[in-house]
Amino acid sequence: MGALQSLPDEPEYRDLSEKTGFSFEQIGILHKRFKQLSHNEDTLRRDDLNTIPDLSCNPIRTQIIEAFFDKRNFHQNGEGTVQEISFEEFLVVMSHFRPPALDMTEEQREIIRREKLRFLFNMHDTDNDGTITLEEYRHVVEELLSRSGALGKETAKGIADAAMLEVASISMGHMEPDEFYEGITFEHFLKILKDIEIETRMNIRFLNMDTTNLCNRTQSVRVNGCLSGELSSSTGSPQGSVFSSLLYTLYTDGCRSQYEN
Amino acid sequence: MSVHALRKSASSSFVFVGIGLPIEASAPAYQSHGTEGSHLTNITNTKKAFPVLAVNYEHVRKPFEIALWILLALLMKLGFHLIPRLSAVVPESCLLIVVGLLVGGLIKVIGEEPPVLDSQLFFLCLLPPIILDAGYFLPIRPFTENVGTILVFAVIGTLWNAFFMGGLLYALCQIESVGLSGVDLLACLLFGSIVSAVDPVAVLAVFEEIHINELVHILVFGESLLNDAVTVVLYNLFEEFSKVGTVTVLDVFLGVVCFFVVSLGGVLVGAIYGFLAAFTSRFTSHTRVIEPLFVFLYSYMAYLSSEMFHLSGIMALIACGVVMRPYVEANISHKSYTTIKYFLKMWSSVSETLIFIFLGVSTVAGPHAWNWTFVITTVILCLVSRVLGVIGLTFIINKFRIVKLTKKDQFIVAYGGLRGAIAFSLGYLLSNSHQMRNLFLTAIITVIFFTVFVQGMTIRPLVELLAVKKKKESKPSINEEIHTEFLDHLLTGVEGVCGHYGHYHWKEKLNRFNKTYVKRWLIAGENFKEPELIAFYRKMELKQAIMMVESGQLPSVLPSTISMQNIQPRAIPRVSKKREEEIRRILRANLQNNKQKMRSRSYSRHTLFDADEEDDVSEVRLRKTKMEMERRMSHYLTVPANRESPRPGVRRVRFESDNQVFSADSFPTVHFEQPSPPSTPDAVSLEEEVPKRPSLKADIEGPRGNASDNHQGELDYQRLARCLSDPGPNKDKEDDDPFMSC
Repeated sequence: MGALQSLPDEPEYRDLSEKTGFSFEQIGILHKRFKQLSHNEDTLRRDDLNTIPDLSCNPIRTQIIEAFFDKRNFHQNGEGTVQEISFEEFLVVMSHFRPPALDMTEEQREIIRREKLRFLFNMHDTDNDGTITLEEYRHVVEELLSRSGALGKETAKGIADAAMLEVASISMGHMEPDEFYEGITFEHFLKILKDIEIETRMNIRFLNMDTTNLCNRTQSVRVNGCLSGELSSSTGSPQGSVFSSLLYTLYTDGCRSQYEN
Repeated sequence: MSVHALRKSASSSFVFVGIGLPIEASAPAYQSHGTEGSHLTNITNTKKAFPVLAVNYEHVRKPFEIALWILLALLMKLGFHLIPRLSAVVPESCLLIVVGLLVGGLIKVIGEEPPVLDSQLFFLCLLPPIILDAGYFLPIRPFTENVGTILVFAVIGTLWNAFFMGGLLYALCQIESVGLSGVDLLACLLFGSIVSAVDPVAVLAVFEEIHINELVHILVFGESLLNDAVTVVLYNLFEEFSKVGTVTVLDVFLGVVCFFVVSLGGVLVGAIYGFLAAFTSRFTSHTRVIEPLFVFLYSYMAYLSSEMFHLSGIMALIACGVVMRPYVEANISHKSYTTIKYFLKMWSSVSETLIFIFLGVSTVAGPHAWNWTFVITTVILCLVSRVLGVIGLTFIINKFRIVKLTKKDQFIVAYGGLRGAIAFSLGYLLSNSHQMRNLFLTAIITVIFFTVFVQGMTIRPLVELLAVKKKKESKPSINEEIHTEFLDHLLTGVEGVCGHYGHYHWKEKLNRFNKTYVKRWLIAGENFKEPELIAFYRKMELKQAIMMVESGQLPSVLPSTISMQNIQPRAIPRVSKKREEEIRRILRANLQNNKQKMRSRSYSRHTLFDADEEDDVSEVRLRKTKMEMERRMSHYLTVPANRESPRPGVRRVRFESDNQVFSADSFPTVHFEQPSPPSTPDAVSLEEEVPKRPSLKADIEGPRGNASDNHQGELDYQRLARCLSDPGPNKDKEDDDPFMSC
């Protein structure tokens, strides 16, 4: 998996866009975010994600971070986890949260639904054996209830058990007393969550317009090959942005009407 | 005179003869139109026969007529549903209007004056129950997810409708041939503002029956609720202006300010009353019987208060219901909740029926001025402006929505914009000095009839034809609930990774604020720390338990024979047959004992609900357990092999029954203790435990060593989950700290 250059240009963006379905602007914004998180390196590590302040209060923080490093989510039929990911893999994981387009057919929607549910399934199935066992499910519910000031693991176990029972009854129908239900397979998972309309719910809004350029901009100077430290500038607009040229045009409009040349 | 006195004193002791008319009371004796009056004035000296029976209609006239009307309305409703074919084709609202027309016609034929839908009555008595019902049971999640879209439709859509219609009608009136050149712009705009608002009553009545998907339903319905503010402001604005005759820029600016004041003020008033209601419900644990009344009264006060200040009463009601619901429901008993639900549904149903019938009657009664062009143009313009408005606004809105609105959704939203009784009442409120009042009323009634009859009747076949997504009838599923919550956190997390503050971020912030500050004050006891998932799970258990009480068998949600043992990873050796029998016998005996104990509760008016509720649920659980036990006894006697034991050799076995997790009240859990060790591996001592009651412990012989572990008898009343898993005795002690803070 080659690392992307720090200033990606059109062909690479085009590849990524085709692969993940994001638009060029969205990829650009996500790339900026990636560089911000990885401190301008080419790969992202778990610690980089751990330091995000917004995630600190999230009960399922570890699972979310793990999902980014899970090879199963990279759409390359890999397994296991990695220690660091490149921008392309980051983008592929993010593409699971894209909303379906307006003009999709039923089959396309079904594919997207499976993809999103597969992502959820991978999050639960931590040992990668293709089934969510009772222990794994219990772990999920415990994590969910952990930050809510829950009243002990008993409840989580109880809820997980009841949920498992429900899945078993819906999927298997009837079981003999000595049969054993191994765990939730992906097909069962699809069945129990088919009413939840995941393709309309598991989406976040990806910014189309890059407003990050107008704030939190850092600048550094290169002299004789040495790069200075970064200084954040809070005034002015960046060179080469549309905003700059617009402001320039407005500012100099008064002059233009005076001097016909 | 003495006869009078005699009559007076005697009448008070008359027995109520079962004709339905109370026999004469003393006071109205002088006012009654009955015959005794005239008799009395004529005959003062001769003793009249004792009037056993006397008719005094005037005394009960008002309540009698009201009751009669309501009864008539309900009988009609009953009648429709008995005719299956009719109720499938024609929506109820249409039938009720027709009935109203018939009744009105009947009254007119008799020669009396048919009663008109009095605006006072409508706005103060008939409308609030419907709106409260809608607001209290508003599905919060889809509403907040689409609140932006709903607001755009409600505010901008209604404004567009009003101005478009008003403007074009004014242009129409300018045409000579119509003969309405006396109508000025302001009057047309006033008319436009009255007739442009989508009506919640009509929308509810029609959409209730077509079961459309949640998104479209909440869009149309939310719009009909929230456009009240716009309607109020526009109506008042234009009414003031049309008296004065001119409009200045200042007036327009003030109008805009007024809109914000009206809507936000209404919401604020509603929220204040909502918090008051929630706070009050925190203390009602000893007087459960009056809990529902608090909900109703606070909401009604919110409505009246905001109407007093000319704020939007509907928005106040909605805000009140939405704000108070989560806290009130955490505080009140299950029976109070059921009472609230049923009373709200009952009142709103009656109100709706009455409104439609009166609409029909008023049509027959009201003064009419018919002008073909005006009326037909109004109807056409209504449709056209609605369609244009929806299409235009959706085009803009889709740029900001994640899940775009499809053409089908747009069509249903446009077609579902029904007008109803609010428009009629507003029109009726116009002062008589308004020259065009009758014309306007006629036009309004025609529009209402058109939308309710034509659009109401055809929307169902159109929905079928276009194959619009219908509402999913799904039972509450614990899996879906878990995953809904999981998704919330997941999406918040991913938004955090992406770096921008989106929808989920703010929702999460609000939830956290709610949990740390607000719930502390408004929820009684320790419940405020309870996360939603657990509350949901409790409710589901309760529902299942109640279903079982009613049906007398296991709930059919899980029809299979799948039980915990099918999914628990198995362990274990078995107990000998002899032991099994002994255990079985003892268990049965103990269960019977418990049952009897719980039956003997004192009957008290004030604790009626609580006692019954807990009784039922515990009873249900007992029965369930008993059945389970009798069926699968042998499979349940397992000893976990790999559990750690704190005391050497002491093993503890828990009795597992399916689906029983949360038992806040008493529930017999059965524990098998296997005391020390290798010498007597088969010895099982049985300990049965009923928290909050004198525990019945039946110890089978066998080495008694550590059998009497009484610490389990003391369960905290609010401890959850006991039965399913077995963390081992040590963990039990640790678990005595039930609230582990985050």
